[in-house]
Amino acid sequence: MTLTAWRVELELEPSRKDPLGEAALQSLAARGFPLPGDLRVGRGYLLPGSLSRDQVEAVVERLLADPVNEVSRILAPEEADPHGAQTLLVRRMPGVSDPEAQTAARALALLEIPLPAGAPIETYRSYRCLSPVDAQAFLQHGGPALANLTIEEASLGSAPVHLHPTPSPRPSQRTEVPLRALDAAGLASLSAQMSLALTVEEMQAIQAWYQQAEREPTDVELETLAQTWSEHCKHKTLTGPVHFQQINASGEVVAERQYQNLLKETVFAATQKLSPDWCWSVFKDNAGVIAMTEEIGIAIKVETHNHPSALDPYGGAGTGIGGVIRDILGTGLGARPFASTDVFCVGPEDMEMDELPPGVMHPNRILEGVVAGVRDYGNRMGIPTVAGTVLRHPGYVANPLVFAGSLGEIPRACVDKAARPGDLIVAFGGRTGRDGIHGATFSSEALHEDSESVDAAAVQIGDPITEKKVLDVLIQARDRGLFTAVTDCGAGGFSSAVGEMGEEIGAEVDLEQAPLKYSGLSYWEIWISEAQERMVAAVDPKHLSNLQELCAIADVELTVLGTFAAHQRLILRWHGEVVADMPMEFLHGGVPQPCRQAVAPVPPQNSTAWPEQGDWASLLLQCLQHPSITSKEWVLRQYDHEVQGGTVVKPYQGANGHGPGDGTVVKPRLDLPQGVALGCGLAPRQAELDPYAATANAVDEAIRNVVAAGGNPHRTAILDNFCWGDCRKPDRFGSLVLAAEACRDAALAFGAPFVSGKDSLNNEYRVGEEEKAIPPTLLCTAMAIVEDCAQTVGTPLTKAGNLLLLVGLTDERGGASVAADLLQLDDSQVPRPNFDTAPALFACLHQAIREGLVAACHDLSEGGLAVAAAEMLIGNPQLGIQLDTSRLPQATELPLAARLYAETPSRFLVEVAPEDVESFASLFRCQAWASIGEITTSQTLEVLADGQSVFSLSAQELATANGVFA
Amino acid sequence: MKPRVLQLFTSGINCDRELRFAFETAGAEVQEMHISELIQQPQALESCDVFAIPGGFTYGDDLGAGRVLALEVERYLTAPLRAMHERGGTIFGVCNGFQVLVKTGLLPAIPGVQVSLTWNASHRFECRWTRLRVEEPMGHILPPGSILHAVSAHAEGQIVLQNPEQDVPTLLEAGVIALRYCNAEGTITETWPDCPSGSRGAIAGLISQSGRILGLMPHPERNLSALHLPDRGRGAWGQGNDGIAFFLGLLAPYQARVRS
Repeated sequence: MTLTAWRVELELEPSRKDPLGEAALQSLAARGFPLPGDLRVGRGYLLPGSLSRDQVEAVVERLLADPVNEVSRILAPEEADPHGAQTLLVRRMPGVSDPEAQTAARALALLEIPLPAGAPIETYRSYRCLSPVDAQAFLQHGGPALANLTIEEASLGSAPVHLHPTPSPRPSQRTEVPLRALDAAGLASLSAQMSLALTVEEMQAIQAWYQQAEREPTDVELETLAQTWSEHCKHKTLTGPVHFQQINASGEVVAERQYQNLLKETVFAATQKLSPDWCWSVFKDNAGVIAMTEEIGIAIKVETHNHPSALDPYGGAGTGIGGVIRDILGTGLGARPFASTDVFCVGPEDMEMDELPPGVMHPNRILEGVVAGVRDYGNRMGIPTVAGTVLRHPGYVANPLVFAGSLGEIPRACVDKAARPGDLIVAFGGRTGRDGIHGATFSSEALHEDSESVDAAAVQIGDPITEKKVLDVLIQARDRGLFTAVTDCGAGGFSSAVGEMGEEIGAEVDLEQAPLKYSGLSYWEIWISEAQERMVAAVDPKHLSNLQELCAIADVELTVLGTFAAHQRLILRWHGEVVADMPMEFLHGGVPQPCRQAVAPVPPQNSTAWPEQGDWASLLLQCLQHPSITSKEWVLRQYDHEVQGGTVVKPYQGANGHGPGDGTVVKPRLDLPQGVALGCGLAPRQAELDPYAATANAVDEAIRNVVAAGGNPHRTAILDNFCWGDCRKPDRFGSLVLAAEACRDAALAFGAPFVSGKDSLNNEYRVGEEEKAIPPTLLCTAMAIVEDCAQTVGTPLTKAGNLLLLVGLTDERGGASVAADLLQLDDSQVPRPNFDTAPALFACLHQAIREGLVAACHDLSEGGLAVAAAEMLIGNPQLGIQLDTSRLPQATELPLAARLYAETPSRFLVEVAPEDVESFASLFRCQAWASIGEITTSQTLEVLADGQSVFSLSAQELATANGVFA
Repeated sequence: MKPRVLQLFTSGINCDRELRFAFETAGAEVQEMHISELIQQPQALESCDVFAIPGGFTYGDDLGAGRVLALEVERYLTAPLRAMHERGGTIFGVCNGFQVLVKTGLLPAIPGVQVSLTWNASHRFECRWTRLRVEEPMGHILPPGSILHAVSAHAEGQIVLQNPEQDVPTLLEAGVIALRYCNAEGTITETWPDCPSGSRGAIAGLISQSGRILGLMPHPERNLSALHLPDRGRGAWGQGNDGIAFFLGLLAPYQARVRS
């Protein structure tokens, strides 16, 4: 049936500048299709054709059009568009969520304009070219340039426009999948055909179980097993056995180790050994929880959302942040999110379009999309995105990485949860649709050039306002004790949420109860759909009406899906008929764990000495504009990083807001002095040379960040996120084993337990026969408790006459440093932290900050001492620095270049008032430190060596090179 | 008895915690109500001194910032709000709340001048500290000519007017411009970054001719201590007491009533 529609487009008045039109022209020009003249972008709405013209005009005037600066174009159903041949319409594909259309429907009701049943509203965008254009060429180039063809479709305004019909129903009666008789090849092809992403060994384990049960599995049983056993949910690689070998250049095995469960014996083992009493929940819930005060804990989790973000950067990153926020909501009986973090790894800025592999978006478009996705989701949720970074490397061109983290506060009494038999299984929040079917299994597979077309269903669209409502109602319900357990619907949807909550007891679910976005979903789609913004709670029947009342006020939909039981089985019904019946033990414990092989080379040891001569001033300017160091203020300013009013050490600091901070400090509670310092570290460039050292450096950097801002190193918890290539390949897995070992050693050395983590393997990209892995990427996130937010410091210089002290030793290893990259040094020796000295040094610095001896502090990271000094000056360009490189602690033999640009970890540049130096010295009597400079009023950075000037650069030159705007 | 604030809540409001904290720090008693409850019990407005709409993205800011909440307020709360205002009560909106007050027509309510809030000139959300010069019409809250330092954090904060050349003087004359963006020297400016949105007339906040309907885009409730300031209280952004001074000024009439 054809659903006719009114077309309404709102454009800015012709006299006003249209920034979106200009951006669209640029995108078209970038794809080799420059348009003559102007382009106007319109907000489009399709309204049901059954409305009268009066009604439509009322809607436009009272609801849609801005009274001052917009003009409307209204086209009646089937009316020809006079500008049709030069107008491109971009619409969502059928079945893709459209939250704004739902709001419009709600608003029409307020205007007392009833919508006819089954006639939805749709939103779209119009691009109207003001001068004549070759219509077919506009469509051909405009589609890929202006739409995301994974989830949107482009058409010309001249073509008839109809509302999308409701998606067609799929057959939904109990269906068995015969597999007992299949051979290995048959099992493999069944797994592929159903997109299960299960290996032959896993399919054989399933086959064996059904042979014993003397029946065939149903489709939904297989789907459930695929979700539960997926790499995404089960982390089979990291928790399975592995045989590790290290080989030297001539191929001889020089070291060999065996792990039964790599994660348990490295990362978890360190936590277990440390097990401080301030860790309240580690590695068992959706997030780790540590104590902030005796009554209040902080939950933290960092997730990745890589493959969806490659296909749809905006939606992928938005649902990434939405997903990790739900992890925090689903921790214990619910934590209240108060801060977010994000880290993006994308390809180089200057890639040509024709260098891109087929089906891959330009890195800049990906970056803009993911920033916008986090911005729009995080800002709408009202959770400040306060920390993170952007990293560029050619290895991420086809497989970008998107990390999103969330922190929440939780009362101590709410940390533990357990569903009880007899509790109702209650779903609340968004409705279930066909979105994100097979997301968990999809993220466990490599991307390929057809990913764009075949995996559209794996992309979810976020609706932050629905999630905000869920947050509001969940915290109220928690405080009234209305549920015994809660968790989020993440990968695997209801199947994982109910499966996890009922793992120890059993559960029965009536799938037809789930509220749907549209009719026609089959029962297995309902069960595994990854539609966003849904939570599942275990509710004592006596509390149900209270919870329903809360939800009604907050406009949150609530449904009883079933009951937790005591029979240790998972039973699914569809209109009364049992469509799945499996023991929890097999579902959660049945996955076979084959031993994998891992091989890593001994890190290369070649090293070219730092050059004796060079233009050190120009090298500093180049460092400041290097993609790793250039200012990311433009990203942070798009995030509401101060919402909730608790951001007390900001990501960009100083009177001008341009000084890059180390750790960010956020107060979760405005009425308490305590806060949380956040930092992160990652070093993929180093990891290509030496995965162990790179990982140790990433941990050092994350902890350095939080300590520099005032975080307590004795109350620091860390998180791991492993993003690796396909670890079925021994060379990929080899570097991961080394990284896991470095995590263990660093955690033990610093006394900083891992409290949560996540891995994303199979970050590979296939073009034809060639398979490429991303650089081994370990993101370490650190969170430290700040006992009193008044005892924190920033990075900008504060006062002329104060001294600059360098804390920590410098060595000459320059492998993978920014300067080595710029100077093209063939140095593969990566520096690494000294585990014997660094922890004590961090503790001394923390003590100095608490005693008020530190006026400003910046850690030394990429670009070394020279960049750290420059950044402190950029944060307060009214002052100046005179820096004497001859006074570095214990560095008599070091070449000047290494003094300035080496990236030895565990170092800080500290501003101290002259009258405080004595107290500082007595605190640091057993540490390596030296006074290496003074703060002046020269508005320049002057660098000396042996009493002679090496170079002098103005604060303005430094800021300009760093890409600081205004 | 403390000044009584009724703070509105609905889907997408997200600056409620810090606004409530600021009001309470300034000595008020705050009651929060969801709009669906307030529609059922509009008499709650009878016993409050200040009705406040916090910042956020109500209903996702779909169809334009504050648009749908403005429709709801217009449809269900017009009469009780008018009564409350006539009784001497204050209606206050910050950020999204200000957008709602403009879109309901409660601000600036000057015949012949059509005012709207739309996308920033950059067409981007932006979060940065700004300086707002206090204009005469807001003199009963803060000293005229003084600077209020507050965080701007919005995408749709640009005041647009049909005829800026005529309308800005009209609004000035009518005494409804409360706050204007200025630079470090205190000079009014429409240019980025001091005026992040490119607002016409550098308007950051409007006030009714009664002096008791006030709305502003930036967030004074995020400036409650020196620790909040970008330079941590070294002078470029005040001393960290602007926010409290603002809320004390807003509540002053109701504090005085309590003392008498």
